[in-house]
Amino acid sequence: MSGVAGPVSYADVVPGAELPAVTYPVTRLSLVKYCGASGDFNVIHWNERVARSVGLPDVIAHGMFTMAQAGRYVTDWAGDAGALAEFGVRFSAPVVVPDDEVGAVIEVSGKVEDKLDGNLVVLGLTARSGGAKVLTRARAVVRLP
Amino acid sequence: MGINRDYLGRTFPVTDPYEVSRVKIAEFAGAIGDPNPVYRDRAAAQAAGYPDVIAPPTFGVVIAMAASGMAVADPGLGLNYAMVVHGEQRFEYSRPLHAGDVVTAQSTIAGIREVGSITMLTTETEIRTVGGEHVCTGFSTLVERGEA
Repeated sequence: MSGVAGPVSYADVVPGAELPAVTYPVTRLSLVKYCGASGDFNVIHWNERVARSVGLPDVIAHGMFTMAQAGRYVTDWAGDAGALAEFGVRFSAPVVVPDDEVGAVIEVSGKVEDKLDGNLVVLGLTARSGGAKVLTRARAVVRLP
Repeated sequence: MGINRDYLGRTFPVTDPYEVSRVKIAEFAGAIGDPNPVYRDRAAAQAAGYPDVIAPPTFGVVIAMAASGMAVADPGLGLNYAMVVHGEQRFEYSRPLHAGDVVTAQSTIAGIREVGSITMLTTETEIRTVGGEHVCTGFSTLVERGEA
């Protein structure tokens, strides 16, 4: 799946269709980079000592980092990174990122939930990491040609 | 110390103008690990119908945070920021942000809910160009865990 393949056509989208799952890696380096790029330097995203002291199992990813992976899943599927009309998620569990070479993996999958007037398609999304559902009520509305 | 319900519906000042730059978009796209060329290559973005490189869908938080920060950090609101986690996030888009946009953000406290010892605070942040064109609105729900 690549953003350069050109947009999916509204006419070709089938309600109920399951979209293939895609996995996205997240390491400590990802989080350090995301801190800098986003300006969100909350200590629980880079300091294991502080993360544990507030009851977390380890350093956790920014919720917005996880949402960005779901966003990438949608824009890669749509073939147009500017196609989103609406995009919402609930952060249901943290993505725990251990200090090793592998880090964690976020697996995103989706389903076409509905087709609406105005060439809008509603996708329901699921994201899992470490055996937990990390996003729930995740939904994207995309405008297709 | 509870949350101050008088803040429901309160709108905070507009932020200073923020200029969306190609460099910042490329940095953000790199940080989320997304190799899409429309975030880096002007020609690729123009071929896709955009005036310049566009920003990934969640880039708006970078801009919205300056506005929603004013709201959640207001001492009169009484939010204990040390106990806060991000509960929900939603965006409504008129169009993607692109390099060259000069935008401002303005936040309103759109919701305060208390369930047991948990407080949920929703801010609604509108991002508009300095010319007044709506680009996107972010709805962010913060969850403050009560004292155990």
